[in-house]
Amino acid sequence: MKLYCLSGHPTLPCNVLKFKSTTIMLDCGLDMTSTLNFLPLPLVQSPRLSNLPGWSLKDGNAFLDKELKECSGHVFVDSVPEFCLPETELIDLSTVDVILISNYHCMMALPYITEHTGFTGTVYATEPTVQIGRLLMEELVNFIERVPKAQSASLWKNKDIQRLLPSPLKDAVEVSTWRRCYTMQEVNSALSKIQLVGYSQKIELFGAVQVTPLSSGYALGSSNWIIQSHYEKVSYVSGSSLLTTHPQPMDQASLKNSDVLVLTGLTQIPTANPDGMVGEFCSNLALTVRNGGNVLVPCYPSGVIYDLLECLYQYIDSAGLSNIPFYFISPVANSSLEFSQIFAEWLCHNKQTKVYLPEPPFPHAELIQTNKLKHYPSLHGDFSSDFRQPCVVFTGHPSLRFGDVVHFMELWGKSSLNTVIFTEPDFSYLEALAPYQPLAMKCIYCPIDTRLNFIQVSKLLKEVQPLHVVCPEQYTQPPPAQSHRMDLMIDCQPPAMSYRRAEVLALPFKRRYEKIEIMPELADSLVPMEIKPGISLATVSAVLHTKDNKHVLQPPPRPAQPAGGKKRKRGSDDIPDCKVLKPLLSGSIPVEQFVQALEKHGFSDIKVEDTAKGHIVLLQEAETLIQIEEDSTHIICDNDEMLRVRLRDLVLKFLQKF
Amino acid sequence: MPEIRVTPLGAGQDVGRSCILVSIGGKNVMLDCGMHMGFNDDRRFPDFSYITRNGRLTDFLDCVIISHFHLDHCGALPYFSEMVGYDGPIYMTHPTQAICPILLEDYRKIAVDKKGEANFFTSQMIKDCMKKVVAVHLHQTVQVDDELEIKAYYAGHVLGAAMFQIKVGSESVVYTGDYNMTPDRHLGAAWIDKCRPNLLITESTYATTIRDSKRCRERDFLKKVHEAVERGGKVLIPVFALGRAQELCILLETFWERMNLKAPIYFSTGLTEKANHYYKLFITWTNQKIRKTFVQRNMFEFKHIKAFDRAFADNPGPMVVFATPGMLHAGQSLQIFRKWAGNEKNMVIMPGYCVQGTVGHKILSGQRKLEMEGRQVLEVKMQVEYMSFSAHADAKGIMQLVGQAEPENVLLVHGEAKKMEFLKQKIEQEFRVNCYMPANGETVTLPTSPSIPVGISLGLLKREMAQGLLPDAKKPRLLHGTLIMKDSNFRLVSSEQALKELGLAEHQLRFTCRVHLHDPRKEQETALRVYSHLKSVLKDHCVQHLPDGSVTVESILIQAAAHSEDPGTKVLLVSWTYQDEELGSYLTSLLKKGLPQGAT
Repeated sequence: MKLYCLSGHPTLPCNVLKFKSTTIMLDCGLDMTSTLNFLPLPLVQSPRLSNLPGWSLKDGNAFLDKELKECSGHVFVDSVPEFCLPETELIDLSTVDVILISNYHCMMALPYITEHTGFTGTVYATEPTVQIGRLLMEELVNFIERVPKAQSASLWKNKDIQRLLPSPLKDAVEVSTWRRCYTMQEVNSALSKIQLVGYSQKIELFGAVQVTPLSSGYALGSSNWIIQSHYEKVSYVSGSSLLTTHPQPMDQASLKNSDVLVLTGLTQIPTANPDGMVGEFCSNLALTVRNGGNVLVPCYPSGVIYDLLECLYQYIDSAGLSNIPFYFISPVANSSLEFSQIFAEWLCHNKQTKVYLPEPPFPHAELIQTNKLKHYPSLHGDFSSDFRQPCVVFTGHPSLRFGDVVHFMELWGKSSLNTVIFTEPDFSYLEALAPYQPLAMKCIYCPIDTRLNFIQVSKLLKEVQPLHVVCPEQYTQPPPAQSHRMDLMIDCQPPAMSYRRAEVLALPFKRRYEKIEIMPELADSLVPMEIKPGISLATVSAVLHTKDNKHVLQPPPRPAQPAGGKKRKRGSDDIPDCKVLKPLLSGSIPVEQFVQALEKHGFSDIKVEDTAKGHIVLLQEAETLIQIEEDSTHIICDNDEMLRVRLRDLVLKFLQKF
Repeated sequence: MPEIRVTPLGAGQDVGRSCILVSIGGKNVMLDCGMHMGFNDDRRFPDFSYITRNGRLTDFLDCVIISHFHLDHCGALPYFSEMVGYDGPIYMTHPTQAICPILLEDYRKIAVDKKGEANFFTSQMIKDCMKKVVAVHLHQTVQVDDELEIKAYYAGHVLGAAMFQIKVGSESVVYTGDYNMTPDRHLGAAWIDKCRPNLLITESTYATTIRDSKRCRERDFLKKVHEAVERGGKVLIPVFALGRAQELCILLETFWERMNLKAPIYFSTGLTEKANHYYKLFITWTNQKIRKTFVQRNMFEFKHIKAFDRAFADNPGPMVVFATPGMLHAGQSLQIFRKWAGNEKNMVIMPGYCVQGTVGHKILSGQRKLEMEGRQVLEVKMQVEYMSFSAHADAKGIMQLVGQAEPENVLLVHGEAKKMEFLKQKIEQEFRVNCYMPANGETVTLPTSPSIPVGISLGLLKREMAQGLLPDAKKPRLLHGTLIMKDSNFRLVSSEQALKELGLAEHQLRFTCRVHLHDPRKEQETALRVYSHLKSVLKDHCVQHLPDGSVTVESILIQAAAHSEDPGTKVLLVSWTYQDEELGSYLTSLLKKGLPQGAT
């Protein structure tokens, strides 16, 4: 069993597990941090961005100045932004049988895999994952496609040239494999290959392997996966949370007894407490607005935003913000808000109870009804006429490289009254802000990452006790910026096996058993005997049928009946089939009792001689000699089949068959 | 002999108070717990004393499963759990869990407040009963205990309706509840995989009906409503608050919109709005089309349909009123019916099945003079129409489901005996499986022969696979091994491994037979002659002549020796182990016949 590691990003994993006869891809994460190297895509032409100076080499050579621009000491690629794909060469992706998706953030590379690698398998994901994943992809495509950019830079990617560039461009990995965004058509085609599954649903793959999604507590419909056969179990943990937010709580118990637990998607900000961050978010927001400034919250259109809106719902009245408009701008804002209300079965208990009343589970329904929260597909249209300041705007993309957020950065960046609050943990906020420098607006960093931290991981591992842990290499050492924090790494026994991008790990499995079904007719014919107290044995001679990876034992065919007709008569003249197997024997023969038995069966003239290792029983009349030792019996006789069989049966009475 | 036993306490050759007991693999499961609309006495609830007369129900039942929220499937639940006493788990889907208590409360109100019944379950009992409910997702495998697992499939009958698979080891039963095999305006079609249960328990409401296309029925319905409204009549459509009502509302809403009609449409009682809200929140349980478009337009937000007030019934002019309950057996629909029955301009449309004893059933069977309470006789002059909109599978649909699931046996419930008989024959003919239709209290016993799962050591399995002469892995092969049974752990290993694991030594049993041959030649030559002879006879076996002069056939050793007394005779010593007995014994008999002349 092997694990092929196709992504180096610990929270956007993409691994391929070869398990028994199946090839299973675990998640399909897309590393979008690559876009931080690109200039933002403004909705309307920005004089500031278009007037940035071209970058030239130290020696003054300016042949790259069309592709690379400089802003406040940082160099950016002036091109359509590109994403860092999972490794596609390490393993032939057309051999992947199934793809298991754990949450909507971990499926963003799906169209690249399903549409361009010859993939013909099935993708499994929960309904909320698919619906919200679709919204995230739709938003992404929309952001990129609505500002067509003529230039697609490629010169800088040349290895010899890349070497000469300043950091971080110089250190960017696998730039030659970076790709532009997919199209909506590719998204639709990719999503059509998904089969919906529910938590705890057992899905059979080719009869050999069973996969089961489990609630992971991180997002709507987010799951961990169990991949198991009857004797082996792999748990795949990706993006899990033990905090009580809106999703159904994490199912930990089902992860028990794993041979291998693959652990990915831990919190990216292990030192920040999400609750504290939410508090800071609210107070900073209130402070800015009270001072007459605007608040910009770069965010994804689903996920933490639901929790933020819920907090604000409880907070705004007490903070005196009732008259401040909240805007949510995204091409999928409406869908996201609507979808969040219909996944009752995937929500935490409190929210489920509300649905039973029946009331919408999320209070943003009320915020919308009371006009406190307004949502728009984009800046254009209704928004411009409704727009009132000061206000709070939630919009994407959190990388600050495309989407409506670019416009707000340009619009509000010059005033120190305004604040941008970063809540999404996926992008370094300093890098995100780099192309907007110099900036007057306040920047607050309140990353809210509800995924497991190292304390929770260590508790979880103690609880579920996997035999082996496999994780990205980043988790086996403290974060580079906090190298003294030995508590910020996975600590388990035996030490976790770590992987990095493009590595293949052999998983420590010792497969020893396989399930087989004994048909009832065969089971009835078995004769168990108790060998030791509580342990019984039965010898089995049966016909093995194997079909669809399932093994069945059926009774052996009866010895052919000596039927007439055309059928060849099977008599003693036929050469026996050497495939007829006889059992092994065990035990020892007590000489005295054996002699008694011989006498009882009419043998006379029996002589017993002692030897070094045992005895020799002589049947003088029959000219037969039986050597009996602890672990062997040797019958030496004339060619008298009747006699031999009689002696054999007497010997067998003292032995056990296996 | 293991067996599966099924006893209907209700819905056996009948429609109403569905309640079926199933014993499988030593587990007892109760499927549905309904009430009967046709009775007002003890017979309205299943006779739970059948399960046990003095013990606690909890000790006899491992779980209860409710297929959907209709009262004939869940109406007796609070009585069963709170008044008779059951504390075990009750499984149902999320929408059923949400809606069921509302309908129960509604039912309770009619029984207690309107009919003044005493000794009925209370609101608190409904609440306590619902606390025992465990909600299940579609396709989720719920482990009731270590051995019993259940799984829900989409049934399409009403919001949240599910079919359930009940499984213990390799034995399983599927209970359909009520289901619909054709998607309608708001729900999808029932679906099940090829799960090959030992038994499929299916409803058979429309055992003999093959319904025409849905479109025709819809057009018919709209035409009738339209005509009645045009001539100034009032149209009463008795419905249950959830289910058909929503489908017909969607239908009328779009029709009114298209035809620009002005006559008011009302929906009775406060339940309606709430009901529609459930549909909005559980939209993932509706059909594909509604789910896809709900963001743009939620089909359950009606523009033309307004809440009904009791006073509206006397308003002049045409109107359409949806009123509960659906069989005209009580409540608002019956009140309105009595008001409007006398006018021939008016119309009542019965969109679903009515059980015997209800006013709905009476008027549908042509009765036009109804005896009401207090000996009052109500003359029905209004037009009475029947439209089958109830979302049950018709005969074709039932056959389709049987084909999908491929059960070994079929058992019919929730239908009329005569019609069941017909369907039973059809199923037995077409699928060549046994079909049963027990009456209430009658038990069907099916012997089963489950196979026994054991673990086989990979070494043994692979060895046997490698031994197959043909590379065809699918070809059956002979396997020999030892089954070690320790507690409930069964493992099949090679005999060698079994001996080793148990710390036992192998006992080798060897035979050596002397075969006398008349051959004056030297021993070596005799051996060579034996070799050539065996080589020519045993073409499929490995025959070898070893340097020391002995001959082997597979692992059987043959040595030639001189006879101590007779130089013209040689003695062949043929030696083999017990495991090679067949071949050894064959060789001795072969050699006994002597060697062919002329062989060198």
